[in-house]
Amino acid sequence: MSDTHAESIRFVRETTLPQAEPPVAERGIYKWGRENLFATPANGLLTLVSLYVIYLVLSGVLPWLLNGVWNASSLSECREILAGETGGCFAVLVDRWSQLFFGFKYPSDQYWRPTLAFALFFVAVAPVLFFDLPRKMLAFTAVFPFLAYWLIWGGPVLVPVFAFVGVVVGYLVYARLVTQSFAGGFFGGVAAAAVTWFIGGYLVEWTSGPTSMLEAVPSRDLGGYMLNFMLGVTCVSLSVPIGIALALGRQSSMPFIKWVSVVFIEFIRGVPLITLLFVASVMLAYFFPPESTVDLFLRVVIMITMFSSAYIAEVIRGGLAALPKGQYEAADSLGLDYAQAMRLIILPQALKISIPGIVNIAVGLFKDTTLVSVISMFDLVGMIRGPILASTDWNGVYWELLGFAALLFFVVCYGISQYSQWLERRLATDHR
Amino acid sequence: MTTLTDPPKGAFRPSMLLYDSRYRSLTLQAIAAIVLGLCFLYLYSNVAANLRAAGLNISYDFLGNTAGYDINQTLIDYSSQSSNWRAAVVGILNTLLVAFLACVTATIFGVLAGVLRLSPNWLVRKLMAFYVEIFRNIPVLIWIIIIFTIMTAVLPAPSAFRGENPDSTMLFDLAAFTNRGVYIPGPYFTRGFGAEGNGALNWLLVIAVLLGSLFGTRAVTASANAKQAATGLRPNTLWVNLGIWFVPIIVVLFALGLTWDYPALKGFNFQGGLKVGGPLIALWFALSIYTGAFIAENVRAGIQAVSKGQTEAAAALGLRPRRVMGLVVLPQALRVIIPPLISQYLNITKNSSLAIAVGYADITATLGGITLNQTGRAIECVLLLMLFYLTISLLISAFMNVYNNNMKLKER
Repeated sequence: MSDTHAESIRFVRETTLPQAEPPVAERGIYKWGRENLFATPANGLLTLVSLYVIYLVLSGVLPWLLNGVWNASSLSECREILAGETGGCFAVLVDRWSQLFFGFKYPSDQYWRPTLAFALFFVAVAPVLFFDLPRKMLAFTAVFPFLAYWLIWGGPVLVPVFAFVGVVVGYLVYARLVTQSFAGGFFGGVAAAAVTWFIGGYLVEWTSGPTSMLEAVPSRDLGGYMLNFMLGVTCVSLSVPIGIALALGRQSSMPFIKWVSVVFIEFIRGVPLITLLFVASVMLAYFFPPESTVDLFLRVVIMITMFSSAYIAEVIRGGLAALPKGQYEAADSLGLDYAQAMRLIILPQALKISIPGIVNIAVGLFKDTTLVSVISMFDLVGMIRGPILASTDWNGVYWELLGFAALLFFVVCYGISQYSQWLERRLATDHR
Repeated sequence: MTTLTDPPKGAFRPSMLLYDSRYRSLTLQAIAAIVLGLCFLYLYSNVAANLRAAGLNISYDFLGNTAGYDINQTLIDYSSQSSNWRAAVVGILNTLLVAFLACVTATIFGVLAGVLRLSPNWLVRKLMAFYVEIFRNIPVLIWIIIIFTIMTAVLPAPSAFRGENPDSTMLFDLAAFTNRGVYIPGPYFTRGFGAEGNGALNWLLVIAVLLGSLFGTRAVTASANAKQAATGLRPNTLWVNLGIWFVPIIVVLFALGLTWDYPALKGFNFQGGLKVGGPLIALWFALSIYTGAFIAENVRAGIQAVSKGQTEAAAALGLRPRRVMGLVVLPQALRVIIPPLISQYLNITKNSSLAIAVGYADITATLGGITLNQTGRAIECVLLLMLFYLTISLLISAFMNVYNNNMKLKER
């Protein structure tokens, strides 16, 4: 500051003021509230309406939820305990816990078997879902379907053992032959597995005796949430490979193959799942040889798998179409044949793109397994609508049961969708 | 994959069927065709053997026989003496009715929730996210059953409306919500073409007049656009349009003598008015809120797909937020929204087959349910059912694709 201006400036601040807090209206909860809740009058009104809706819902649900009765043997006993007050009768869940999960016919001393299969399911599926886990765990995943079959259905242990041996033999033949050509390996593997199963079938018949370690449970005795879970897991895992084949068929340059795939996919996608389940329950039996009896569970699995594979095929077709043409050309220029190009270059990328779609289909399919209650299978919804609500003890307990079913499905479906989002982030290899 | 530009000359050898790429695809297709043909032959022979064993043959004669069962909600005349074919038609109309109603309401719910999920209001945003997650992740069958339970177990019986101090009262003396269904005033005509003055011809006339008004207003708008393009001044079309919409329809309704039939408690139940059954409402509402959650996600994705620059550019032009949404963002977002919306409409139509769970008489419940069980004609009934749904699906996607083509970006 020069002296010449010393008298023209009355006051000059020589120190920096300490930073001041923003005014009350511009900070903390006030600012947040004004910007997020009451930005404009219309917005404020919307907030008030929302608050009222939340109040209505909570005032209805909370007393019912918190004042619930957990120990009673019938609805009338619940009402006595409540003595006119609002409250849920959750005792029905305690009372019918095992029926909700296992159905009403599964032998109760054998509940440990499906439970153990369910626990092992997580061990088996973990290395598939989280690929940081040691790869050796995949060996257990390969064994699991046969183990789970044996645990849930019981019967002679040789059946799943030979089924597994057949798969192993098929894989060994495939691994041996695939170095020459993929087609040779594939068909050789299938043929070897078929031969093993054929021999195994005779061996099982020959050795069959009353010496089964686990009591055999027929399919019609399965029920409850276990049925939903089994149908969902089986059908999704079966329909992914079939869906890939259909998608490749639809993209194929061979007109006949393409035409067959298109007709199949469009036909299945054009009809509701219910009609396909009708096919399974009333019509499919006509398509099997007259003397054979194919049980309903297997028929339903066949139809649901067909249904979901058509949808998965469309998702994967989207993934295939989304790949840049350069990827196909690069595979060609490397001299790879069709099977190699697909296996090594195209499908891994296409499947990565299709993950969200496949997960959507899987979630939808899991929810749709409740439809089997329409063809009188006693899944979770079928159990609630049938044996439980029809019993004299619990006739009239709607909300507790339906709410519990809704909660079970919500937990699983929401969990799957959250996993899929994590997977997408994890697999994001492109740097955007 | 590989194509040969210069095919080797030489005589044809059988091994070329497998190793020459010109013939290999033909060989593979022939093998596939033979395998497929054998499969069909096998299935056909099984069906033939099974039918012979059961003493049946494929025949559609049962469609002409008397149905022998009653249907609680019908759009056309039907009695238990009508034929199975008539029952199937009743079912088809019921399916179309619930699918149409649910498509309309699901679109409304979905667009509302989708737009509100992007609202600047934090509470509304969270509430809508909650709605979407809850409804998407719980099976639609459970929703249908829950709403059907509300309709049948929670709403009062008609007897609750009786007496000096009834437990329940009618809404504005117009509508009654009972466990047997919702009763609302029903319109009917005192004069007109039909025998009892309530014929379908009257309604056709009303619809024709409304369609005429629609085309009239579109013509007025087009001429206003032309005038604006030519002179720069836009003539005010509001009053003309309102006139075109309201005057003819009021005249026609007055000429036909429109009267309302109010529901009233007589005897054990409500008489008069229109009865909307509990199953229909359960199915309609459940399909709407369930599919609405999916549509909300499509709408949100569509809006977010519109580049932020478009919103900013519109704001820079001085458009207000509502007009930005209506004139700039939504028209562009529609292009992204419409294709998934088509599949949601298809899903609604297909999911309406869940009617069988609550006893709404749609095609699955009549043809695929009672008729099938009474006649035992499983193959014929299921085939007809599939044919119907296939036709509907193809029609919906064809119709919506035409609309989609009209909406899509016009490029050079």
